[in-house]
Order: sequence, then C-alpha cells, then structure tokens
Amino acid sequence: MVNDSAKIRVENLKAWYGQREVVHGISFDVHPNEIFGIIGPAQSGKTTLLKTLNRTLEFTSGSRMQGLVEMDGQDVYNIKDVYGYRRRVGMVAPLPVGLPLSIYDNVAFAPRSFGLKDKDTLDELVQKCLEQAALWDEVKDRLDSLGTKLSGGQQQRLTIARALSHQPEVLCLDEFSIAIDPVTTMKIEDVLMELRESMTIILVTNLIQQARRLAKRTMFLLNGDLVEEGDTEKMFSGDAANPKTNEFVSGAFG
Amino acid sequence: MNNSQKFTATSFTRSKETREKWVRYLMFVVTLLMALPVILLISYLVHKALPVLSLEFITDIPRNQMSAGGIWPAVLGTIYLVALSLMVAAPVGVMAGVYLNEYAKDNWFTRLINLAVINLAGVPSIVHALFGLGAFVLFAGLGESVIAASLTLAVMTMPVVITSTREALSAVPMSFREASWNMGVSRWQTIRGVVLPNSVSGILTGVILEVSRAAGETAPIMITGATASLTFRQGETVYYLLGEKFMALSYHLYYFSTQWTPPRLLLDEGTGEMLPMTQAAIEHAEAIPYGTAVVLLGVVLLFNSLSIAFRYYLRTHRKW
Amino acid sequence: MQLQRSKWKAFYEGLIEWIIRICGISAVVFVFAIFIFVFWEGKGLLFSGNFSVWELLTSEKWDPTHEPASFGAARIILGTFSVAILAMTIAVPFSLGGAIFISEFCGARLKEILKVVIELLAAIPSVVWGFIGLTVMSIFIRDLGSNTGLSVLNGAIILALMSMPIILSISEDALKAVPDSYREAAIGLGVTRWQMVYRVLLPGAKKGLLAAVLLGMGRVVGETMAVLMATGHALNNPFDTNPPFFHALMEVKTLTATIASEMGEVERGGEHWQVLFLIGVLLFTITFAVNMTAHLVVHGVKRK
Repeated sequence: MVNDSAKIRVENLKAWYGQREVVHGISFDVHPNEIFGIIGPAQSGKTTLLKTLNRTLEFTSGSRMQGLVEMDGQDVYNIKDVYGYRRRVGMVAPLPVGLPLSIYDNVAFAPRSFGLKDKDTLDELVQKCLEQAALWDEVKDRLDSLGTKLSGGQQQRLTIARALSHQPEVLCLDEFSIAIDPVTTMKIEDVLMELRESMTIILVTNLIQQARRLAKRTMFLLNGDLVEEGDTEKMFSGDAANPKTNEFVSGAFG
Repeated sequence: MNNSQKFTATSFTRSKETREKWVRYLMFVVTLLMALPVILLISYLVHKALPVLSLEFITDIPRNQMSAGGIWPAVLGTIYLVALSLMVAAPVGVMAGVYLNEYAKDNWFTRLINLAVINLAGVPSIVHALFGLGAFVLFAGLGESVIAASLTLAVMTMPVVITSTREALSAVPMSFREASWNMGVSRWQTIRGVVLPNSVSGILTGVILEVSRAAGETAPIMITGATASLTFRQGETVYYLLGEKFMALSYHLYYFSTQWTPPRLLLDEGTGEMLPMTQAAIEHAEAIPYGTAVVLLGVVLLFNSLSIAFRYYLRTHRKW
Repeated sequence: MQLQRSKWKAFYEGLIEWIIRICGISAVVFVFAIFIFVFWEGKGLLFSGNFSVWELLTSEKWDPTHEPASFGAARIILGTFSVAILAMTIAVPFSLGGAIFISEFCGARLKEILKVVIELLAAIPSVVWGFIGLTVMSIFIRDLGSNTGLSVLNGAIILALMSMPIILSISEDALKAVPDSYREAAIGLGVTRWQMVYRVLLPGAKKGLLAAVLLGMGRVVGETMAVLMATGHALNNPFDTNPPFFHALMEVKTLTATIASEMGEVERGGEHWQVLFLIGVLLFTITFAVNMTAHLVVHGVKRK
C-alpha cells in the first residue's frame, strides 16, 4: 500500500550489526497526524527500526543499513544537514535519561544548540514542554536542580519534554512506559492524544493494550520481519490475517 | 541450641588460620618495607636541608659564587617550563583524548594511535631529550632555550594528559550522548554541553599530574637549554627570554650535587680582600643541594596531592 | 519559532572537529618524529665506512674522543642490563607482595592510604632519587667495601625503589581484573585466602603481572638521572667468567647516562655526537620492543 501523502515512508529496509541482519526488508507508511503503533516481542528489531528513522544507527559501531526512508517525500539519507533532520524527529528511549544539567537546561539544551537565545521564548518553551510531559507541576519550583536527581518516572517525563523541546514533526516513543507508574502512563497517553493534532507519533510499545488504546494502525514485528500491518481494532479483535498476530496479541508468546 | 551442635575448629583449620594470619603479616611488612625507607630518606633530606630552608631560600638569588643566597632563578625557570609546556601539552593532549574517546572508530588506525600513546609514554626521557635537541634546538632553529626545552617536555608529558582525559571522558555514560544526539544536537555541541562539563575535573587531575611531571624532569632539559651558571646582580629582576638559556630546579639539583664544589676563597665586599670561607658558610653551602631537593620534592608532591585530592572530591560529588 | 543551525556555526564546528582530529593523530606523529629525528642525527656515522653496528653492540672498546675513535658499547650495554636486572630482582618480589597485600589482604581504609602513598612515591622525580643515591645510599654502600659508594648495587636499589610503585600499581590492577566470582568460588571450596591467591589469583592474573614486570623493566632501562648519579659512571664490565661472576660494587656506565653526560661536551655533528644519537636509537628500539611485548602479552596479537 503506497500512500503519496505519507509522512514517513519506509521501503525494503534492512539493517545489520556486524554480520547479523536484524531487520529483514520492511516496508510501511506512516500517515500524517496519526499514532502508529509498533508491537512485537523483544529482539524483533523495533528499536533498530526507530534508530534508522532518525539516523542514529550510525552511532553504533559496526552497524549498517540499506533501503529507503522518506519523510515528506524526501529521502532522509540524502539530507546533508543530518542534525537539522534529527531535530525534526523526536525520540524517547526506553530507559529514562536525565542529562546532568539542571531541569531547565535539560529542556533548553536542544533549542539553544539550534540558536534560540531569547530568554522569554526559552522560558515559555520550557514550561510548555514540561506541561505537555505532565511534569511541570512537580518541578516548577526547582528548575535549577539536577535532572539526574529526579526519580525514574520523572526522568522519563523529562526525556519526553526534551524530545518535544526541539519542535519535532514526528515523535518516536520507544516503550516509554517501561519505567513509569500506570497513573503517569495514563497522563502521558492523554498528552499523546492531544499532540497528535500537531505531529505524527510512532509508538513502540511493550503494552499491547496501549497500542489498542492509542494507535489507529499497528504493525507487528517478529524477529526482524514485518508479520502484519493494518487497522489496530481489526488486529486485536482476533481476526488478524496472520495467525501469529492472533497468538501474540492474545498473549500466547512474547 | 545445645553445645554439641556448635561447630568447633579442628586442628587442621586452626593451622590453616594461623598460616593465613602469618601470610597477612608478611605481606603487610613487605608493603611497609617499600614505603618506610622512602619516608625515612625524605625525612633525612629535610633534616639536612634545615640550615637553608626558609622562604628567602626560594625568593633570593644565588650569591657568593652560589655558596649562599637562594634559588629563585631556578624556581622561576621551572615555572616557565611548566607554564610553557602546559600551554602546548594541555590543549593538544585534551583534544587528542577527546578524539580517541569521542570520534575515533574502532579500527586499525585507532589501535595504531593507542599503541603510539603507550609507546610515547614509554620512550626514555633521554631519548626525548635527543629528539628535542634534533627537532626543536637544531631543526626548528630555536637554539638551546627555554622554549625548546618546554616543547620537549610538552611532547614527553602529553601521554599523561591524553590518558587521563580519555579516562575522564569514558566515565560519562554513553546514554547521555545518545540522549543528546537524539535531539539533533551535533557531536561537538554534545561534547561541549554534556560530556566536557561532566569530565572537566577528571581532565584537570591529569593536567595537574602533567605539571608535576614537567617540574621534575631533568634529562629532557639538560641538553636542550638548562644551565646552572647564570649570574644575577642583586636587585635585578630575574626573567628569561624565550630564546635564552635558563636555570631550573631539577637541573640545579643535578648540577649542585655532581659538578659543584664550594669556593675556597670569597671576595669580602667591605675590604676587597679574598678571604677563606668560614665553617658556617661552608655548612650553609653544603646544605644548598639538600634545600633544592626538598623544594623540588615539595613542588612535585604538592601538585600530586592536589591531583589526588581532586579525585577524591570528584568521587564524592558525582552528578549522577 | 525557527530552529535552524546557522551556517557559521556549522563551519565553526567543522573547524573544531578538524583540529581535534589533527590533535588525535599527534601521538602517532610524535612517535615517528622521535625516531626519525634521533635517527637522522646519527645516520651519517651509521652509513660511513668506519662504523659497524656489530662493533657497537659487541666491542668493549669505547673511546669516542680518541683518533681514530672506537665505538664499542658492549660494556655500556652490559652495565645497563646489570643495573636493570639487579633492580628488577629487588623490585619484583616486593611489588608483587605489596600488590597482593593491597588487593587481597588489607581493609578498605588502609588500602586507600597505601595507594595514595604509593602514588606519591611514583611521583618523586628521578633527579631526587639520583641525589638520594649519591648522598644517602652511597654511605651504606661504602660500608660494604666500595670506595665511592656509587655502584651497580646503589643504582639498582634506587631504580628498584623507583620502579616498585609502578610495578605494584599495574600488578594490583591485574589482580583486580580477576573476577570476584573466582575468589568466591575458591573461598566457597574452603581454601584459605593464601591458597586462593596462590592457586587462583596468580594464575588468573599472570598475563597482567608479566606485563607489569615488563613495563617496569622498560622504565628501568630507560631511566636516566638516577643511574647517572648513582652508578658512578665508569666504563666497567660487572660480569665475570670467574667467581663471583658478578661485581655488584663495581662502578658502571649505562646507555642513558652515557648520552646524558657526554652530550654536553661533544662537538656538534661530530662522530661522537652521532654515535650518541645512535645509542638513542638503540634505547628507543629496546623500550619500544619491551612496551610492545607488554602490550601484546595483555591484549594478544589481535584485539578482541
């Protein structure tokens, strides 16, 4: 299914670590302003896939990729300004990372590095991002304290706030709820529904039900292969095209 | 619990335990035997240096054909050496460390650089001296001078800075860099904004060590410009031009202890006569090399202690 | 709100990254430069008719100022190795014992203190060690029947004291690198700590310990000021085919000290000057080989 209005288009994507091929030729589209779910057991190539999307795979030594990744119809691996491109993709890694800077600087770091200096604009941006990440109320009185001293759940929300700080067009979340409690997870899920208005969201999740709650369409990866991609409701209602998908969503393995 | 259930030591385990105790004592004595003589030796040096040790000894120029007065020109020369070599070794060494830890890929070329760093640290100091003589004094035409000697020292001490920079940088978790890269922040901005601020104190410990090494080295400077025979007039401000020969603490100590004997006769400034040295003057003169040794040792140990203290501070003040 | 890196900034970062790359290869450049410059100054003599490497290494006749000069450094080489080997004989048992004590037998607090002391010992400049040899150690050696007290033994003791902190700290690192699970397994089998050290730790750390000894050897061979001041600096061969085979109280000359003491007095560019540079090349080669061997012992021919 080729959609010309796709925000992100991936075609025949392969990736290797050394000699080991971990993604075996995947093709899919992500539509603008949708939440696109990716599910699959561990080691199925989900994180590697995300890394090829924002061109950070090259930081892993010995890694290699092949295939086409397009954003807005442009081959992203032909973009010269790689930093400018990465800015357009927000990435939230599974483990929370507070940078050893103040909470304020954690969020202001990326905008500053892109040349934003105006104090008022920065203040406003920092507050907006922290509010969106459901963290503002907890930290507004201690923006000067270290980001690394926050609790795990708070650091995860700080990571989300950082990912929003550079105004991405696409936001990738890699199992963001792994380190936070259910209540906060629900809060962030609400935020994601709101953010969908202004950006495209790719949600890799370990919680199958989370994909069901949020994503309109979902893709199921297994051992680096795309097993099935399609309407989330259909996939979860038990009449998925591939029997493996049915087994996975019903909890038979994974 | 009744008594019969308690475990009691058999004679076998008892003998094992005694042996272990003795081994422990033996090892402790061995370790002490290493440290103790050195502490005794240093106390002996300080004891012999007592007649000259004072603040004036450091700030005064040598007088009476070097048999009296202080060692200020040598102290100043050492300051020149340290400062100049630091100006080269610190930036180049730190950047080389940054390259190796942040930019270098894991390939044969990086391994070659690593081997070079190891070997650079292992080249004998006198070979560094020959290099300095060939490269800086002759080839670059700097002559036997403070600048040639400092450059020689810089090359020699650079591995210290490179190694400690690498260690400091690699202590910063990889996840910080990844988080920063994910935001589209460039490699250099990441290094500037996240990596360096959190390793700067570790890098400083290495730089301090470089200072200590540069202050103590003798061989590399003795054929690239150090001299002991400069004379200064009283009241004259002591300074060196970069292209001039210079005095330095370490070379001063070598010269004093191997090539120098106190003069028999001294000019009496009041009468203009040549008079034999008094017993007290001879004793004072003989204490000068000891005083020089103690000052040099003091400088080096001070900087090393600083570096160690810095490391302890770091360990207790981590940001993550 | 426009988030866009300015062109100027990208240029500035590119520039910095280039400078960093250049600094990164500086170590390689320096090592090659050292070899080339030292070799360059000595090459004239090396390729001239009246010099042979074989003579340099085997002839005992060192008379560089005489006409015609003879450049036989055999006694100097023997002197170097006599001091180095004796120094290692003294230093290795103490260093290994100290390393074992610090890593296995002492409490955390004492360990910290000892490590600081040892680090400070390693920092004492070699000229101060030489001075100690000249003024203090020589008093004791004179009692053993030497005239000046400056001798192989004096130099060896000084070098041993100098190299012990280095050998000790590298050995301690090697012992520390043995996984704790080995220790726990051994203790779990009921052996004493000493048996554990002897049967588990030492075999487990043997590569690192060998490297420590080799690196210590490299340091000792290359050390200049201490031997220059403590060995008396006379052209002798301390080895003997008759008993006692080795004269520890003899004054000897070493490679490093020969360069250091004669460089100041020779005619620039003359044959004597050149032969000193060739000795420098020899020293560079020896220490290079020792360091590489130590590296290969630890890391193997190919890095994993």
